[in-house]
Amino acid sequence: MVEEHEHPIPPLVRALGWTSLGLGVAQLAAPGAVSRLAGVDDSPKAFGAVALVGVRELFHAATLLSSRDPAPWVWARVAGDALDLTLLGRAIAGRTGWRRGRVTALAATVAVVTATDLCAAIRASRHRPKERSARWMSLHAAVTINRPREDVYRYWRDFENLPRFMTHLESVRTTSDGRSHWKAKGPVKKAIEWDAVIVEDRSGEVITWRSTGKATVDNSGSVRFTDAPGGRGTEVRVNLRYAPPGGKVGAAFARLLGEHPEQQVRDDLRRFKQVMEIGEVVRSEGSPEGTRALRQAVQRPAQPVMSGSAS
Amino acid sequence: MKANCWMGRNTVEVQEVPDPTILNAHDAIVRVTSTAICGSDLHLYDGYIPTMKKGDILGHEFMGEVVEVGPEVRKLRVGDRVVVPFPIACGACGACEHGMYSVCENSNPNAGMAEKLMGHSPAGIFGYSHMLGGYPGGQAEYARVPFADVGPIKIEDDLPDEQVLFLSDILPTGWMGAEMCDIKPGDVIAVWGAGPVGQFAIASAFLMGAERVISIDRFPYRLRKAERAGAETLDYEKVDVLDALRDMTAGRGPDACIDAVGMEAHHPAGVAHAYDRARQATRMETDRPHALREAIMSCRNGGVVSVIGVYGGLIDKFPMGSLMNRSLTMRSGQCHVQRYLKPLLGRIRNGDIDPSFVISHRMRLQDAPRAYEMFKHKQDECNKIVLTP
Ligand SMILES: NC(=O)c1ccc[n+]([C@@H]2O[C@H](COP(=O)([O-])OP(=O)(O)OC[C@H]3O[C@@H](n4cnc5c(N)ncnc54)[C@H](O)[C@@H]3O)[C@@H](O)[C@H]2O)c1
Ligand SMILES: [Zn+2]
Ligand SMILES: [Zn+2]
Repeated sequence: MVEEHEHPIPPLVRALGWTSLGLGVAQLAAPGAVSRLAGVDDSPKAFGAVALVGVRELFHAATLLSSRDPAPWVWARVAGDALDLTLLGRAIAGRTGWRRGRVTALAATVAVVTATDLCAAIRASRHRPKERSARWMSLHAAVTINRPREDVYRYWRDFENLPRFMTHLESVRTTSDGRSHWKAKGPVKKAIEWDAVIVEDRSGEVITWRSTGKATVDNSGSVRFTDAPGGRGTEVRVNLRYAPPGGKVGAAFARLLGEHPEQQVRDDLRRFKQVMEIGEVVRSEGSPEGTRALRQAVQRPAQPVMSGSAS
Repeated sequence: MKANCWMGRNTVEVQEVPDPTILNAHDAIVRVTSTAICGSDLHLYDGYIPTMKKGDILGHEFMGEVVEVGPEVRKLRVGDRVVVPFPIACGACGACEHGMYSVCENSNPNAGMAEKLMGHSPAGIFGYSHMLGGYPGGQAEYARVPFADVGPIKIEDDLPDEQVLFLSDILPTGWMGAEMCDIKPGDVIAVWGAGPVGQFAIASAFLMGAERVISIDRFPYRLRKAERAGAETLDYEKVDVLDALRDMTAGRGPDACIDAVGMEAHHPAGVAHAYDRARQATRMETDRPHALREAIMSCRNGGVVSVIGVYGGLIDKFPMGSLMNRSLTMRSGQCHVQRYLKPLLGRIRNGDIDPSFVISHRMRLQDAPRAYEMFKHKQDECNKIVLTP
């Protein structure tokens, strides 16, 4: 099972986005009517200024409605509001009669909008996603292992064992204080690595860990052990969460997990089961590395592997 | 070494390939002395089992001499003579612990592939597609045998290959087919398919105390073999099977029906056969289930339908109403061969059964392409072919 957690756009920000979209379209489609409404249709420059403001509104709409982290863009709107108020202030100063009345009314409206924007900006900043990437993926898989719960727990608890069945790991080194250093196999030259700490550890029940410091890929995981009913050994449930970054490293990480990350985790657990029940990962000539999602897509023929060319 | 390789639909070739090497600590390498062609191989040959790859070595019925063992092998030694069961089983998982070897949870490295088609994965099988493991088969000079302490049975006396070879598959399969019928005194058992598997199912049903066994096929030479084993016979091209069985059992229907035909059943009425063939060819159904439909319809109320014929995927026009409304029980499975090795070797030793009666042809491994054609088209009264490397 894979789930993606997108941070939803806050409703106020979304409303502002749609308002910007409406305004922008009106200003660009009918700059004349808009400037008459605003009471600035007497100025030769008003036409162009209204259209320019329209372009800016569309830009706001686009950024507010599509961004995963809208905070900076709401602040941009506040800056735009300030500019509008300055322009309107000048317009009031140069006018009299019904025109002055309209421009003043507009300025008051813009002031209200500015207050709203300011409010949204402050809120959006406060609720900004803390992770460097806003997109957390979570994977879930489970397997039943015909071994006592304590044995299964103990094997997993030694993180240095994990690369024996987790194909995307190259090594895990543990230090005495519950910290560990993880290294993933990577197609990029610079290996993807991170430090992790154990967050929760209850013997025979649960282990939870998460990456610390400047991990290339923020991630965390938990594994739970329960007795399988009917004396069938241990039910193992794994949850992995990670926030792949953008850019090259993110792409490399995504490649590592393959097109079907959930199948990879399930295959990892199958290998874990094999290691626990029979002591090794089962290989065939079609899949010489053993259970592996990528290999299942590109099988070797079922013929003995030429010695020294196990690929 | 030389090995018989699948090269596409209706094509096998004996090729020179690398010798097998130990891949897992529990492996043994066996020098093959005898190997056979099975009805299951025909499903591969005819291209009805998905996930075959050009170059795959075929064969899942074989025996020979151990020439190398991995570091974790305890019971076998170099020089031992063994028969190797066709399902690969670890001996340690929950399924193996319960004797369900053909659904071993650890022996299929490509379990993910099988899950897509079947929901859960069965065990790996020698020479039987990548979905079932991608293991090379035994129609070769040598074969790598995983879990050498779990599967192979040592043959310590001087019983010839021909008498013990079929412990690898078809003798236990026929036996299991009959066992699933829960035969009680007085039972009448009908067996669709008088091929080697059907013939062993007939023999087993009698050994388990069946009162009468009725064998259904269309090849006279095969029906004659069934008759020699004590069965009554029906040629499905000459009679309406459902009617004939109702008649022979005074209206009840057979107490249990064994399907020993599988996914490529033939239908006496051209139109119906053409219907299933067309749907199978266009992959709208992967299997032609004519014998199975007939077995269900024929079975007495409350009886058992035992399916040992192999099916690959989906079938069409399945008489579920008949099965449900008449309290039928359907049981099936690839044979859990490991379960039956010792007791059946005992029966061969004490003369209860001499399995070599099914053999009609003995050929060289190099002749595999011709052998496959003969067996497929039932030429020259072909019943069972044993190949020697
Ligand atoms: N479950 C297992 O573990 C297992 C093991 C071995 C073989 N098998 C399967 O058993 C089946 C038989 O194997 P075999 O080696 O005897 O093959 P085979 O090809 O020699 O025999 C099949 C027989 O079925 C007959 N037949 C075809 N259509 C029929 C119909 N409509 N009614 C009655 N008979 C019909 C054929 O004439 C033929 O004689 C195959 O499907 C094979 O894959 C299953
Ligand atoms: Zn077979
Ligand atoms: Zn097993």
